[in-house]
Amino acid sequence: MSVARAWRAMPTMLRVGVAETVAYRAEFLVWILTTTIPLVMLGLWRQVAEEGPFRTYSQSDFVAYFLAVLIVRNVAGSWVGWQIGDEIRMGTMAMRLLRPIHPFIALAASHVASIPFRCVVALPVAFLLLISSGASALATEPLQLAMLAPSLALAWLITFAIMFAIGSLAFFLTRAMGLFSLYFLLFTLLSGYLMPISLLPGPIAVVAEWLPFRFMLALPVELMTQSMSTERVVLLMSVQVGWTIASIALAVFVWQRGVRRFESVGG
Amino acid sequence: MISVAGLRKHFKVHKRPPGLVSAMKSLFHRTYETVKAVDGITFTIERGERVGFLGPNGAGKTTTLKVLSGLLHPTAGEVTVEDHTPFKRQTEFLQKITLVMGQKSQLIWDLPPSETYALNRAVFAVPDAEYKATLAELTELLDLGPLLDKPTRQLSLGERMKCELAAALLHQPTTLFLDEPTIGLDVAMQLAIRDFVRRYNQAHEATVILTSHYMDDVVALCPRIIVIDRGQLIHDGDLRSLIKTMDPDKRVSFTMPNGTTDEELAKLGSILSRDGQRITLKVSERELPAAVGHLLGPMKAGDLAIEDPPLEDILRQMFGAAKEKAKAPA
Repeated sequence: MSVARAWRAMPTMLRVGVAETVAYRAEFLVWILTTTIPLVMLGLWRQVAEEGPFRTYSQSDFVAYFLAVLIVRNVAGSWVGWQIGDEIRMGTMAMRLLRPIHPFIALAASHVASIPFRCVVALPVAFLLLISSGASALATEPLQLAMLAPSLALAWLITFAIMFAIGSLAFFLTRAMGLFSLYFLLFTLLSGYLMPISLLPGPIAVVAEWLPFRFMLALPVELMTQSMSTERVVLLMSVQVGWTIASIALAVFVWQRGVRRFESVGG
Repeated sequence: MISVAGLRKHFKVHKRPPGLVSAMKSLFHRTYETVKAVDGITFTIERGERVGFLGPNGAGKTTTLKVLSGLLHPTAGEVTVEDHTPFKRQTEFLQKITLVMGQKSQLIWDLPPSETYALNRAVFAVPDAEYKATLAELTELLDLGPLLDKPTRQLSLGERMKCELAAALLHQPTTLFLDEPTIGLDVAMQLAIRDFVRRYNQAHEATVILTSHYMDDVVALCPRIIVIDRGQLIHDGDLRSLIKTMDPDKRVSFTMPNGTTDEELAKLGSILSRDGQRITLKVSERELPAAVGHLLGPMKAGDLAIEDPPLEDILRQMFGAAKEKAKAPA
């Protein structure tokens, strides 16, 4: 499959992806509802900081942090693994394999197409709240703001690729669902989803700082809400690029090993 | 051209008896069994041929089709389809083939078929003019007009199958693997699809491999038949030679308004059925002219027809024999 072919097919793939997103209205609503956990955490941590700042976080810091989490999660979230797992188990993956385009690209296009629609409800609300009550805690450095879009894109790619790899494990395991629970547990703890990484207990915070999870969520959030030195921005962005390459390589590796074992027996 | 030599496809299947105890046991200790879905098959198919794969459920027909279309890696053996190794699934290979599975859909469920077609046009890089011409032709041949813009989920089974066929053929493949393409369809729709496949085969000199539970599909479409049972090829040739080898006797059916006795009929051949005035005899080819002469002359039989034994009976006989052979102690 040539890159040029995938590139030329991209507009149509995106357009059909949009049509699909709009067709699955119920799923769409459920997605929007499930991404509201940061609002719950926001309420909780605001209470914690009511009497005064908790460690370095004031109430408005928490407001800004969790609203940014809400935005990043909406933009960079992906559930493609469930889809892949289902398609492998049901055998419908066969149809995807007959098209001369790598499923990673085909699925990426269809999922990218859904992002603007996912954000349609959450983003305006989050932005309004952010500006009205958390503006003071927002970062203003031009480099950080410039890096926000690339960082969001890479965060999405890491999430997508890791989900793709876990979904592809369905080639080896009849049910990959248990792995999703384990993955989501690690993600919630180590990505900054439930609390800022710096608030995690000492050694865990040190490890979490360099694991891929923080680059799937916390990095873009911090670019929005914390002042960082240029060196730190460059370092973190470089690590994020590294994790992006590693996770895509992992996804392609698991896929290629797995697809040899594709065993949709019978009909 | 398709060439298959010594193809084997074995699956390792986890096996456990029913019940809670064995479920718990299987958590710690799993027993596996090797299923030989395809076990040493060899054949070649020339360009433009229409070949029917026949065999009971689980015989290995679909597995063979999946290996040929590149979905499964063979356990052993050499397979080439139009000079490609299928499991590599190179773009050039995927451009030349298609696989239609009656029980699986490539149409996007919540969108009209036209969206799947647009997607296929893009990923198969079909030039615009060619796409429009092919779609127009398929729309006319399969009468798709009113269906193109209806969500797939609202189409009937037959309508969906027609749309599936069109989706599978938009890139004008030259090798068609059709796995039960008429399953669940009514007779009129079966005829329409059969007719369409034949026309496509002739117009594009396309190779067609078909599996079907409806013998009529196979008889009407495929001059050559490959019979697979328990993963092995047990016949490869035309329908006539299959029938001749398995059951060379003819079926002679007629009415006998004046009545006759079983003893008298038994002199001509063995009685297969006697339903009121309608009688069917099994008569060997050698005895046929004399028997027919006698029936039409002195016995005054009417409405006489001579036929080959039904394919279903032949296959039942074949698979029955294979089963007996398998059961017999070595």
